[in-house]
Amino acid sequence: MSVPSAWYLVLAAVLFTMGATGLLIRRNVLIMFMCIELMLNAVNLTFVTFARLLNDIGGQVDVLFVLVVAAAEVVVGLAIIVALFRRRAAATADDIHILKG
Amino acid sequence: MLATLSAAMLADTSGQALAHASAWAVFAVGATMILTGAAGVILLRNPVHSALMLVVTLFGVALEFIDESADFLAAVQIIVYAGAVVILFLFVIMFLGVDRKEAIAAEPTKLQKPLAALMGLVVLVEILALSRVDHWASGAPAQSGLLNGPGDNVQKLGQAVYTGYLLPFEMTAALLVIAVVATVVLSKRSASTAEPTGPDPLEQAEEPDESEVAL
Repeated sequence: MSVPSAWYLVLAAVLFTMGATGLLIRRNVLIMFMCIELMLNAVNLTFVTFARLLNDIGGQVDVLFVLVVAAAEVVVGLAIIVALFRRRAAATADDIHILKG
Repeated sequence: MLATLSAAMLADTSGQALAHASAWAVFAVGATMILTGAAGVILLRNPVHSALMLVVTLFGVALEFIDESADFLAAVQIIVYAGAVVILFLFVIMFLGVDRKEAIAAEPTKLQKPLAALMGLVVLVEILALSRVDHWASGAPAQSGLLNGPGDNVQKLGQAVYTGYLLPFEMTAALLVIAVVATVVLSKRSASTAEPTGPDPLEQAEEPDESEVAL
């Protein structure tokens, strides 16, 4: 038998915490986006672990959907960041208000 | 005969021990990569370095997927995340020219970092405590198919996606089309309204220092 599931769940919890902390610490929008990706990967790891634990393929299907949604989210988010950079040469989270129509 | 049988059993148990040890080794390498990469994403000053450390984390997650026999997802993880998403990040970083070091001291909000670290600690303790206090598995049998059933991983995953999860699958197709159209609209609109020369005079007062970008 391979590594017990609890190890994967604790690892995913630590990864999720690091992503959330980074999202709060950093003010560069690009880095905040990468921290969101970290949290999504932690959730994916949890899904795969529970799929193995409960002998259910549905967990792995959910990971597939999370991947698709993450790709769409990155595309739209980076378009917003590019629009933000066109207005101002710095992209911190405090500058989002200049995009107000 | 007894000697050969015991020798075979010994070889079998040593083979199991080897498989066990290799599973632990893969887990340890993947966990090290994941935590190192995540720390790098959070702590490094240069956005390009952060993006490259994100690749390290994504490869670590792919290793853990392989360790948990989710072969197809490991391949998709590397192709989609490391191959497409991070490249998109790097493209935007290079395109905007923000690949420079950030100032450490720029911190308009007092106590932001200590409070953020405290909140992270609270989140971690909460997750671990919640995982201890209750049984999350209902014990109900799998509705969408068994992970250990007949066939290989890709076949079972494909059958689940195209039978039980057909409607969500179609919705992701619609979502991708919407995302593409939204990106085109965003780019075109900001291109037509953007002022190429100088900053807006109304916002001159809060123009940030050129030399340092906030962390």
